[in-house]
Amino acid sequence: MRYAMAIDTNKCVGCADCVVACQTENNVPVGYARDWIAEIVAGTYPNVELEIRSERCNHCDNPPCVRACPTGASHVVEGGIVKVTPEECIGCGACIQSCPYDARFSHPDGYVDKCTFCDHRVKKGQDPACVAVCPTKCMYFGDLDDPSSDVSEAMKNRKYKALAPEAGTDPHIFYLM
Amino acid sequence: MTEELLTSGRMNPNIDPYLNIWHWHIPVYLFLGGLAAGILFFAAYYTITGKEKQMPTTVKWATFIVPAALIIGLIALFLDLKHQMYFWRLYTTVRLESPMSWGAWTLMLITPLSIIWVATYMKEVVPGWQWKWKFLDTAETWIIKNKKGLAWALIVLAVILGIYTGILLSAFNARPLWNVSILGPLFLVSGLSTGAAVIIWMTKNHHERKIMSRIDILLIIIELFLVTHMIMGFLAGSEVKIATAQLFLGGQFTVSFWVFFVILGLVFPLVLETLELRGFKIPVAVPAILILFGGLVFRFIIVEAGQFTRYLY
Repeated sequence: MRYAMAIDTNKCVGCADCVVACQTENNVPVGYARDWIAEIVAGTYPNVELEIRSERCNHCDNPPCVRACPTGASHVVEGGIVKVTPEECIGCGACIQSCPYDARFSHPDGYVDKCTFCDHRVKKGQDPACVAVCPTKCMYFGDLDDPSSDVSEAMKNRKYKALAPEAGTDPHIFYLM
Repeated sequence: MTEELLTSGRMNPNIDPYLNIWHWHIPVYLFLGGLAAGILFFAAYYTITGKEKQMPTTVKWATFIVPAALIIGLIALFLDLKHQMYFWRLYTTVRLESPMSWGAWTLMLITPLSIIWVATYMKEVVPGWQWKWKFLDTAETWIIKNKKGLAWALIVLAVILGIYTGILLSAFNARPLWNVSILGPLFLVSGLSTGAAVIIWMTKNHHERKIMSRIDILLIIIELFLVTHMIMGFLAGSEVKIATAQLFLGGQFTVSFWVFFVILGLVFPLVLETLELRGFKIPVAVPAILILFGGLVFRFIIVEAGQFTRYLY
């Protein structure tokens, strides 16, 4: 089993509903965010192109944060989800430095916090909060090993990319183009 | 032109608008750790080679700085933690892939060993010093008899500590400035050089000062070579590495790097120490202070600038 997410950049309008849903679902402290919207403008007027992406932890197959962690608080759970155990985290910041996506932050309580792919929802067979609320239905979640899952279906016959694959992290958030 | 905007207003403290999760604690610790490693390396080396008599400051006096430096460094590291009450979690596991785990365990070994090292010289340094309990006398006699064994342990740990201060940073793939393998040797050489500077500053023995000055000159030349090599490596690298080099070649760290580190912290003391060996009268504190200052500035620049560099996507 390998959980992954595919996000259709052609459908995303950048409304940030996923950001708010995550903050509500996961009780993210005010002023912090586990996911965010990036708008990339490329080219020079009048030849300009816009890409909108909902970004978060890439739940990498080769997660540098897990390698950097001196206590084992950062770890990989079933399905390739990268998580942090607050009671083992000393707040040294090594994982934050190691993440090419800057997807982690220091929770006001001291430990390091990040996207969990809403594994508490996934366990119950639900989609992560961000996927569930998306008004344009541009996000797909599921098991990459299962060819009939939402994410596998979405990636069929589409061109897609991952972010900073040259970092060698083998990220598992895919952007459909 | 490509412009990237985070429109959802991600403003995670210490992450945005640019990463600054590590502050003064880390460079101060890296400096003190390197300094301690440097002093211990020379103390252990001249003990192993049986030159304690010729090098009294190196083997004896200077080592009194080591436990203090390590303890202040450990306090800085502790203050840097954001979940401090869980710091003991470092010592419930050994994580071979994590440089920070290596560092935590090395410090756990080298700090008490350096205190033991210093304790064996208490009677020579403090006249009339007596241990309160009898068993400490017995322990002292046993340790002095096995001094070379202790020196071997310390020399290995000192090299690990010195290199680790660089590898701690170079292991972070996500920060292109740090992610160069030359950083380990560079931090080790810089640490040895600051250690030598302290010895040169403290010693009253002319012969000892001459030996340590020669060693320090060699170390500074190696350091200059490694720094040049590092910048050349960046310029020959990928886009993010070239952008990293620009931080020091016209970017915001240009002045601090070249003026305060390379010129004041390396070239100046190199010239002064060479002139001193040639017989010119130069106050010994001047090159020593410049080297220590340069070493500290260097670590501040690398930690700060490294957090500015990142992957572009």
